[in-house]
Amino acid sequence: MTANSAREQLRQFILNNYLFTDEQSALADDASFLDNGILDSMGILELIDFLDETFNVKVAGDELVPENLDSINSVLKFLATKN
Amino acid sequence: MDIRRLLSDSLSLAFANQPDAIAVTVGEQDYTYRDLYEQSQSIAAYLREQGLKPGERVAIFMENSWPIVPSIFGVLYAGGVFLVINHLTKAHKLAYILQDSGAQFLLSDAVVAGQFLPVLSQCEELRAVIYAGATLAADCHKPLVPLASVLSVPVVSEVKPLRINLDLAALIYTSGSTGDPKGVMMTHANMVFTCDSLIEYLRLDASARILCFLPLAFDYGLYQILMAVRLGARLIVCKSFAFPAQVFNEINRTQASVFPGVPTVFSTLIGIHHKTPLCFPSVTRVTNTAAALPPEYVPILKTIFPNALIYKMYGLTECKRVSYLEPEDAERFPTSVGKAIPGTQVFILDENRQALGPNQMGTLYVRGAHVMQGYWNKPQETAKMLVKDLIPGENILCAQDQFMLDEWGNLYFCGRVDDIIKSRGEKVSPVEVENVLYRIPGVREAAVLGIDDPLEGQTIKAFVAIDADSGLDEKKIRQFCTAHLENFMVPKVVEIRESLPKTDSNKISKKDLRS
Repeated sequence: MTANSAREQLRQFILNNYLFTDEQSALADDASFLDNGILDSMGILELIDFLDETFNVKVAGDELVPENLDSINSVLKFLATKN
Repeated sequence: MDIRRLLSDSLSLAFANQPDAIAVTVGEQDYTYRDLYEQSQSIAAYLREQGLKPGERVAIFMENSWPIVPSIFGVLYAGGVFLVINHLTKAHKLAYILQDSGAQFLLSDAVVAGQFLPVLSQCEELRAVIYAGATLAADCHKPLVPLASVLSVPVVSEVKPLRINLDLAALIYTSGSTGDPKGVMMTHANMVFTCDSLIEYLRLDASARILCFLPLAFDYGLYQILMAVRLGARLIVCKSFAFPAQVFNEINRTQASVFPGVPTVFSTLIGIHHKTPLCFPSVTRVTNTAAALPPEYVPILKTIFPNALIYKMYGLTECKRVSYLEPEDAERFPTSVGKAIPGTQVFILDENRQALGPNQMGTLYVRGAHVMQGYWNKPQETAKMLVKDLIPGENILCAQDQFMLDEWGNLYFCGRVDDIIKSRGEKVSPVEVENVLYRIPGVREAAVLGIDDPLEGQTIKAFVAIDADSGLDEKKIRQFCTAHLENFMVPKVVEIRESLPKTDSNKISKKDLRS
């Protein structure tokens, strides 16, 4: 898995399921999911399921912090620590 | 003698008695009762100087953060009526609420400028925006005043509210069956009474450390602030429950003792607990409302919070809270939401307003000093909710919910009278969602239903009939909804049909859609 393809899959997941668009410019890689109202609490839980299903990455209870899960860039950084 | 008739009197008293006690904690930052009093007074002095008259409305549009707390008390000290708007509210609805309330000032944050700047020109009565956060350089119809400049002016003499407790303190906006949100009018007397009733049955005192990650636009969140200040206790504010580990760290760091949640929060908590066991010994009270707490959660919550009393509660914005189940009764009456809160009464009537006996299902009526004064500017809708002729001289609230009472006075929820959807603890008006769907070019018919869901209570499903050449699909429809509705109102599923089933009177038949 290259970093690029993970980025693409992740972006596609957010764009398709939360922004309902294919317009790539609708989502900046460093935009906070929460502050921008892209994801809410339920959305973060769905993101965690997606990381498990797609990348086989399990998120532990103490890893549920914005540093790991609040933007495309932070999720990619978090995935990198898991590999 | 300590006089605490107005909500703001509680803050004056806490400041006088214990100015250096911590009032609010947000992340690493602690704020004392002196900080809260002084900042509230600065905001009040500014509003008064700008000509805010007693009883005029001031809107607060911010996410959970420190400035929201002195904003609320600043409005109250100035003699105004505050309303808190959820920071996720989109421009169209924000404009509606600002216009409906006739808000004279908006207290907000630069973070949500994208939502409020475009609507200011539509709000004729609005005089200025006071905002926290980064400097805004926008070319704008109204004066934009940084909160920091308001706070930098020292207050020379105390700003007093010049109000009595029959005056309005707040409008609390809630979804209405006609689609437009309605402002529930609450007086100081209403809110002070309710605070004391909640404090009584929750058995709280000044040592409480109350956690609040619930949105403050939601009365359940708002009352955590009001109770904390009423007690002279400490409030721990978190932005949301979206990142649970952050909340867990806050509980442990601050030794939080009161944990108010809703079923989706408890379900998340239990999900995490099954992977990595959780234990929060500092918590002594756990409360649930907004939707029923599944009975099987209770034993697990007792493991997570080994020292806590667990409260199941039920309420509606129109009287804030109706009932609570004594924690000691949780096992004896596992499906009940308990009895009327202290100082209030409930009863069940049939459709002819005749009293029903134990275990008979009917409509719930509520009486007490917590019952609202009505909906702002909506006398007809008020008349449907407040019944005048049952007890002379008194307004009694018709809850529009079906209930049963048992022999011991415990309430059991049986269903709603109207078709308001309750999803994730939030009330959603199907009409409000349908109105947005009808604004999509190509949508001919739309109907929105709540589908029972074990986790969310109900999930939102939309049925639409579209023009064949509209080019619409489920994704485009949900995209439009996301741009115009708060996240929790966006339909989870959109089913596209040729046409929707009709009743004999040619209305869309929700009954047929449901089957």
